[in-house]
Amino acid sequence: MEKIYVKIKRRNNPNADSYWEDFQVPKKPGMNVVSALMEIRKNPVNARGIATTPVVWEAACLEEVCGSCTMVINGKVGQACSALIDRLDQPITLEPMKKFPVVRDLVVDRSKIFDALKRVKAWIPIDGAHGMGGTHSVGGPNNPVPGPRVTETERIISHDLACCIACGACLEACPQVNDKSPFIGAAAINQVRLFNRHPIGRLHRDSRLEALMGEGGIDDCGNAQNCVRACPKEIPLTESIAEVGREVTKYAVGKLLGR
Amino acid sequence: MKKPKIIVVGGGLAGLMAVIKVAEAGWPVQLFSVVPVRRSGSVLAQGGINAALDAKREGDSPEVHFQETITAGDFLANQELPRQMCFKAPEIISLFDRMGVMFNRTPEGWINFRRVGGTHSMGGAKYCRTAYAGHTTGQQLLYALDEQVRRFEAEGLVEKFEGWEFLSIIKDDRMAGRDVCRGIVAMHLATQEVKAFPASAVIVSTGGLGLVFGRSTNSVLSNGSAASAVYQQGAWYANGEFIQVHPTTIPGEDKYRMISEAARDEGGRLWVYRDGKPWYFLEEWHQGNQVPGNLVCRSIHKVIHELGLGIDGGSMVYLDISHLPEEILQRRLKGVVETCEKFTAENPRKVPIKVAPAAHYSMGGLWVDDDHMTSIPGVLAAGECDYQYHGADRLGGNALLSCVYGGMKAGITAVHHAAGLEKGEADPAIFSEGVKRQWGINQEIIDRSGNENPHKLHQELGEWMTEHATVVRYNDKLKKTDEKIQELKLKMKKISLTDRGNWANRELVFARQLHNMLELTRVIVLGALLRDESRGAHYKPEFPERDDRNFLKTTKASWTPNGPKIEYEDVNLKYIKPEWKKSTSK
Repeated sequence: MEKIYVKIKRRNNPNADSYWEDFQVPKKPGMNVVSALMEIRKNPVNARGIATTPVVWEAACLEEVCGSCTMVINGKVGQACSALIDRLDQPITLEPMKKFPVVRDLVVDRSKIFDALKRVKAWIPIDGAHGMGGTHSVGGPNNPVPGPRVTETERIISHDLACCIACGACLEACPQVNDKSPFIGAAAINQVRLFNRHPIGRLHRDSRLEALMGEGGIDDCGNAQNCVRACPKEIPLTESIAEVGREVTKYAVGKLLGR
Repeated sequence: MKKPKIIVVGGGLAGLMAVIKVAEAGWPVQLFSVVPVRRSGSVLAQGGINAALDAKREGDSPEVHFQETITAGDFLANQELPRQMCFKAPEIISLFDRMGVMFNRTPEGWINFRRVGGTHSMGGAKYCRTAYAGHTTGQQLLYALDEQVRRFEAEGLVEKFEGWEFLSIIKDDRMAGRDVCRGIVAMHLATQEVKAFPASAVIVSTGGLGLVFGRSTNSVLSNGSAASAVYQQGAWYANGEFIQVHPTTIPGEDKYRMISEAARDEGGRLWVYRDGKPWYFLEEWHQGNQVPGNLVCRSIHKVIHELGLGIDGGSMVYLDISHLPEEILQRRLKGVVETCEKFTAENPRKVPIKVAPAAHYSMGGLWVDDDHMTSIPGVLAAGECDYQYHGADRLGGNALLSCVYGGMKAGITAVHHAAGLEKGEADPAIFSEGVKRQWGINQEIIDRSGNENPHKLHQELGEWMTEHATVVRYNDKLKKTDEKIQELKLKMKKISLTDRGNWANRELVFARQLHNMLELTRVIVLGALLRDESRGAHYKPEFPERDDRNFLKTTKASWTPNGPKIEYEDVNLKYIKPEWKKSTSK
């Protein structure tokens, strides 16, 4: 039976050293990296025939919408669910992302992605989750009031921005994100663009721009443009950075002039 | 006075909505999830969310929406909550709109509504009732709630515990001899710390159970484990045998990936080779491909298992969209094309897609009353893990809606319950005992020695469940499946963990989940075995008709050490009386 050769960079816990372990997995048609990892946990024996612990990794939706199974595959960051074995050179190397602390093996702690969303206030501060109009009779059937009218063109732009799966690929690829720099990264800046474009979100634009000024803010972007190439959802991240950058500049100048 | 906490377990659509309702009432909430909540299973929902706004003046109304919900469920749903849900739906759309969800728009800039297939009136839905955000509606709705919850988190009202596995509720039976919930025990997935968290009410919103079928269309987090744990602690589990099967999914080694029913709505054709030539079996049997999902499932089942005409003698058939114009593929089936290209490396413009039916949605779940309280006071359930909204089958576009409405309702009830809870502290001993019991289970599992691997046992369970407890059910096979489950339970005692460590030991966690899955599959299988009729998604060729005299009843399972005890309870038929319906067997 044909085998797949996989080399996995492992680490038992955050304080332990990393080591490489090789595996051979029976190949089945249409397999992806996740299925190979599933085979290993059914039979945790390494390529030398020695019993080992099952490799630890994360997965959830397996359709590239949850971001869980993000790892570095053959040196490139991506999702293990959409990484088809037939499209990869062997031996296939699997490593945890480097820009986040390792928990164990391929699992990393990505809480900084969500902390950044908190910092930039990536939400629309609604008055409450109660109904406002919007009942069958109120506002007329064509208008579930009081939401905004939006053109399809604008909707498509915003929808694409809203497809970010918080996987961390853009941070992994960014040279400005490292141990010595607190740069917030493309994902959070893209969220600022999304919410600042929204007709209701726009009302609170300044607080998000303010959050992107100062240490680790948008000024730390080095324009390497790796983020947009790494994004699995093809979000125009460099456009987002440019648009938000202009807004931040305008806002900062205005503030300086006391406007 | 410091208000006692409310705990929500599970951060999908239902859980997040519940958190928002509790936080808005000013109560502190602790939200537990195995993953950062933004990665919850709700992201997978593609189709959309129903609301009868009658945006295109077709004569739709919440009343009609309610009637269709009940009819789709073959009259098995209690009628109170579905009715409330349908009447609240327009407001819910408006709410998500205000939260910033990018619903598709009409040329005039209003929210657009579409017809969805898979609704059970022949030939698809009558009304444009489903709001949608591209083909990522579930993801967009989940993100909107995730963002609102993050705002409450920033304000300090919500505390998140992401990366914690729910193990059990803590019951207090020392108050007037009546059980009441006082909190939960959970385990940290990295440090493996087992800890008790006191609470005045616990909302379980842990989603579906696709993983009990081995592979399904669900997230692999949807394992039913938490709902099963609560069931084993005394909560009733209702209508477990009702499992919706999606007719067209791409079988992968890791999961089944759904190909939307839109593929057939837009002109996709199902076929297999017969006598060396393509045979369009739906067109021969049902005059077309736009027929209800259950009928498609049963037809595919017949082609594969009775006629032996599956592709290469296996268990797949072709779904062909290669003849459709590029404009349709780009505009209406973009998600379908992307799924194929990304996950099969095949181009559906050139080759037909190989598909098979797969477990998709559980209509059954924890029994809850009309306020979402389970049979254990203080424990509530909402979302796919409750049983209230769909009866014997689910109307397309109602899943997301029922999660949101159920979450709202559960959040409000939890606050009422907590406020009315008798004063007097719970005995601290119940918390330390709860922790000790769960920690003991971990040790006992680690100490087991044998030669079974939990992942292999799971695979075996999944194969049996998928083969005998999905599309078509026979009593002899169901009996054998139940025997198999009991055999697997015995084998579980002989598992030997290959990882006995005490840091991020996922094998230990999986062994615990598998134990819970086995308990839950018995509820599904025995419920199906005892229900000698065909209704909604439950189909027995030996009993092809719906039998209202004997089975217009909710199945109610309670856990006993000797297996589930099954009872029946009358369905609330307050608004609509069941009509006789022609059998949908084929």
